[in-house]
Amino acid sequence: MTNKMITLTIDGIQVTVPEGTNIVDAAKKAGIDIPVFCYHPKMKPVGMCRMCLVEVGRPVVDRNTGEFVRNEDGSLKIQFNPKLETGCTTLVSEGMVVINTSDKVKRGRKDILEFLLTSHPLDCPICDKGGECPLQNLTMAHGPGTSRFLFDEKKHLLKHYPLGELIYLDQERCIQCGRCIRFQEELVDDPVIGFSQRGRSLQIVTFSEPGFDSIFSGNTTDICPVGALTTADFRFGARPWELNAAASICQQCAVGCNLTLNVRREAAAGGKVVIKRVMPRQNEWVNEIWICDKGRFGYHYTEAPERLTQPLIRKEGELVPVSWEEALGFVAERFRQAGKGLLTLASGRLSNEDLFNLRKLSEGLGGKIALYTQMSGGEQVMQVGLAKESNLAELGQGDAILVIASDLHQEAPIWWLRVKQAAERGATLIVAHPRPTRLEKFAKHVLRYRYGDEAGLLLAMLNSLSAKRPALPERVSTLWRDDQVQAAAKAFAEAQNAVIFFGNEGVGLQASQALAQACLNLLLATNHAGRPNNGLIPVWQRPNDQGAWELGWRPLPNLDEAISQANAIYVVACDPAGDNPTLPLTPDFLVVQDLFLTATAKLAHVVLPALPFTEREGSLVNGERRVQRYYPAVPPRPSARADFTITGQLGKLLGIDLEDRLASKVMLRIAAEVPAFSGITYTALAYAPEQWPIIGREDLYYGGTTYENKQGIGVQLPNALQQGEQVTLTWPSLAQATEINGGLLAVPVTKLYDSGSTLVHSKLLDQRRVAAVLWIHPDEAAAHAVQEGDLVHLQFGEASAMATAILDKTVPQGVILLPRSAGIPLLEPCAAQLKVVERSYER
Amino acid sequence: MLADLMRGLATTFKAIFEKPVTIQYPEIKRPVRTRYKGRHILKRYENGLEKCIGCSLCAAACPADAIFVEAAENTDDERYSPGERYARVYEINLLRCIFCGYCEDACPTEAIVLGDNYELSFTDRRSSIYTKEMLLEPVPEGGKPTPQKTPPGMYTRAIPEMKDPV
Ligand code: SF4
Ligand code: SF4
Ligand code: SF4
Ligand code: SF4
Ligand code: FES
Repeated sequence: MTNKMITLTIDGIQVTVPEGTNIVDAAKKAGIDIPVFCYHPKMKPVGMCRMCLVEVGRPVVDRNTGEFVRNEDGSLKIQFNPKLETGCTTLVSEGMVVINTSDKVKRGRKDILEFLLTSHPLDCPICDKGGECPLQNLTMAHGPGTSRFLFDEKKHLLKHYPLGELIYLDQERCIQCGRCIRFQEELVDDPVIGFSQRGRSLQIVTFSEPGFDSIFSGNTTDICPVGALTTADFRFGARPWELNAAASICQQCAVGCNLTLNVRREAAAGGKVVIKRVMPRQNEWVNEIWICDKGRFGYHYTEAPERLTQPLIRKEGELVPVSWEEALGFVAERFRQAGKGLLTLASGRLSNEDLFNLRKLSEGLGGKIALYTQMSGGEQVMQVGLAKESNLAELGQGDAILVIASDLHQEAPIWWLRVKQAAERGATLIVAHPRPTRLEKFAKHVLRYRYGDEAGLLLAMLNSLSAKRPALPERVSTLWRDDQVQAAAKAFAEAQNAVIFFGNEGVGLQASQALAQACLNLLLATNHAGRPNNGLIPVWQRPNDQGAWELGWRPLPNLDEAISQANAIYVVACDPAGDNPTLPLTPDFLVVQDLFLTATAKLAHVVLPALPFTEREGSLVNGERRVQRYYPAVPPRPSARADFTITGQLGKLLGIDLEDRLASKVMLRIAAEVPAFSGITYTALAYAPEQWPIIGREDLYYGGTTYENKQGIGVQLPNALQQGEQVTLTWPSLAQATEINGGLLAVPVTKLYDSGSTLVHSKLLDQRRVAAVLWIHPDEAAAHAVQEGDLVHLQFGEASAMATAILDKTVPQGVILLPRSAGIPLLEPCAAQLKVVERSYER
Repeated sequence: MLADLMRGLATTFKAIFEKPVTIQYPEIKRPVRTRYKGRHILKRYENGLEKCIGCSLCAAACPADAIFVEAAENTDDERYSPGERYARVYEINLLRCIFCGYCEDACPTEAIVLGDNYELSFTDRRSSIYTKEMLLEPVPEGGKPTPQKTPPGMYTRAIPEMKDPV
């Protein structure tokens, strides 16, 4: 990218923009709107719609001297192109003069609109885009009032054409701008839709099975400048002007995409205010203007009828509804008795405020806390996490990104997109994974290792860089001599800025600690820590795992033991018994606080109903260590309460000083106590600077219907290095490889659409949900006499499960892959024995 | 003074023999003027399909915020109106309505019209809310009630071609 600046004049206003900017963007920066349909600021211009026509004049250059020719009064002599030019495909040049308001320009636009409307159905009254439609707005601003084309000659096409089960196409409304197709090809590399036919018969078709097979498909409905693409979730749900908007944060993964929840009072819901659709909200530091389909369609659990509505207490073996007073009084009394014997088990599904209050409550009683997670490494992230002032969008030429043990496309889709884009801008992408993933296509270096060797691989990279080589376990001792490892290590070390993403595919809780430490070592040793755009990003499985670490929560190395020793257990926002049916969860007193009657809740003595994120406020820390707040969107269900409130009220009964009313006041306490949070208030989190590209209701035609961000971009936490602390290299002890004993290594993998309790209620996604399957290499399958489609009985330790076999050449030998949260109780990699119980042809 | 009295009485006696202007409502009802704006009616097409397509434009136009519309999608098996969209819920709060007729102007299908009925009285607020069933006109002769089962591809246009009003 050059830094050369160009000055030009648009409608008499002087604008200075970087070289390579097109006229439309330059004008936008000067506050001048040049109407566009096909151009989108996040995509390359194609000049298809001709809406952006402007008059362009360029200074005349004397061919002999190469100098600009001047008029008598000394001004530059400008020669205008007799024809109009498209502003989106024309780059600015020095001294250029652009006219956006002449009669000629107006005439051009009017004619283009008349053409676009020749076959447009003009069914704005029933169109979901009506009210926020660029075509509507631009026609009002620039179009003709009448058409010279005959109504009867309008083309009539399909109005209800499902591209897939998620996205519907109205063929008549499409103005053939190609934005959707280009988004799928250019941005998210899912070229599953395209144009078919030509001329007036040109239509969008899908050529994937299932239709429109992309996890980003919802975004096309935002950037489609007409109502041609609509989501099955919102179709005819409401008119845009009837919707209220609440700012929120997606809770489905560690990216923390900014959302706007559109709500409306609905008769069908008994007069309640309900969420009608989920829209992206611009945050150029996090999700830009996109979200994935999981975030867009996954919110239905918050309104599920199965949600807990009342506190329950076990009386004579049955859970019966009781009042809050009774429930809280009972719990407080038993917690007081348990005292030191209290174990509080909570997950990163909770907000910072919840986790803070929970910790304070347990500490006040002398009890223990434990983070329920299958992945460790949060401490290393606090030390060398992505530094404050970072933005993945700034990574490019000369920088490096290493992704290890994570399939970002399935685990954190928007990070996948941003990493891919960084690679396309020239960043060196290194993907280390035991099996091929979607990201590899964009990688310069692909490192394949065996499950279990991830930390060893990173240490080997480090070994290859330095003469001082600490000895590594035998399995990985020679890895550093591998050419590919050496090349990747060299590229990483030489990069100006470097970021590591680490996940936990094939990595257990213990091993992920070592992996994080190895990441830290590599970053520190290559001087890629403590500076903006450098550092470590954990691909957590829950939205606020990082927040939990920051607030002092740690996983226990031996959870089973802690559980069996506790007198009372307070389980919040997690379902250990559901995840692991063999867990000995039989304390004297078990309290479960959750949204649903989980398997753990069914064992509980007291069940307390909590509120989902849509009905309360709170804040989260994403994997990039950005603290972001979400706002209440719909009124809370009457007798459920926010987690921090419940804990706060328990505190009151137990004489522990906790804030139970305002999340913002809990944040003040966090800021006073936790150094990294110092200075963070809800006001600071609500700071919303101007962003580029300009997004907003006035600018629908430009960036689409993504919401502008007026409610805050959040604040990134400084890491330990930035806070002036010392961080030293320590060598992790590498775990021994898992004993297989003639079976296979079963590895849980994360798939985007699972059957977890926060997704299963979105029925729309049923068709894409991963089933209880096992993926196995054909050779390995043959060795174990497994055939495609067989129903296989799996035994791992004491747990067992049934899964349908799928033969897949990309699965490494000696391994079977099993999806998480799909009914198979496997949390960590372990040895599994296979037994076919039903042949596929028998069924 | 007597003269004044006589003059007054003369007026009275004259009036006694004039035709009375009082109409014995409710036994006798005066016809309303052609442009009278009374209680709304939701119109149907001749075949019985509802004209309303649930677009909410009337609700948007209403200065009194008296109209509530909730739309849903038609299918050929269960069709309420032509096109894809129909009003699943349509309510007018006649206590709020100021009978301005803006809803009528806004409607793209001439589905909502203000009728002649001015006999509106309510014993509680709830009964001032007229639902779609109360507002819909009866099915015309030869038409069928909604929802109807219709042949595929027949009713794809939500908005009929309409002439400009003269
Ligand atoms: S469907 Fe929308 S985005 Fe796609 S080409 Fe048509 S108008 Fe453009
Ligand atoms: S990428 Fe993650 S945070 Fe963003 S919308 Fe998808 S699931 Fe939500
Ligand atoms: S007549 Fe006027 S006030 Fe009454 S419902 Fe229609 S728009 Fe509203
Ligand atoms: S009455 Fe007319 S304006 Fe109102 S929702 Fe129905 S079709 Fe739309
Ligand atoms: S041709 Fe420039 S915006 Fe379409």
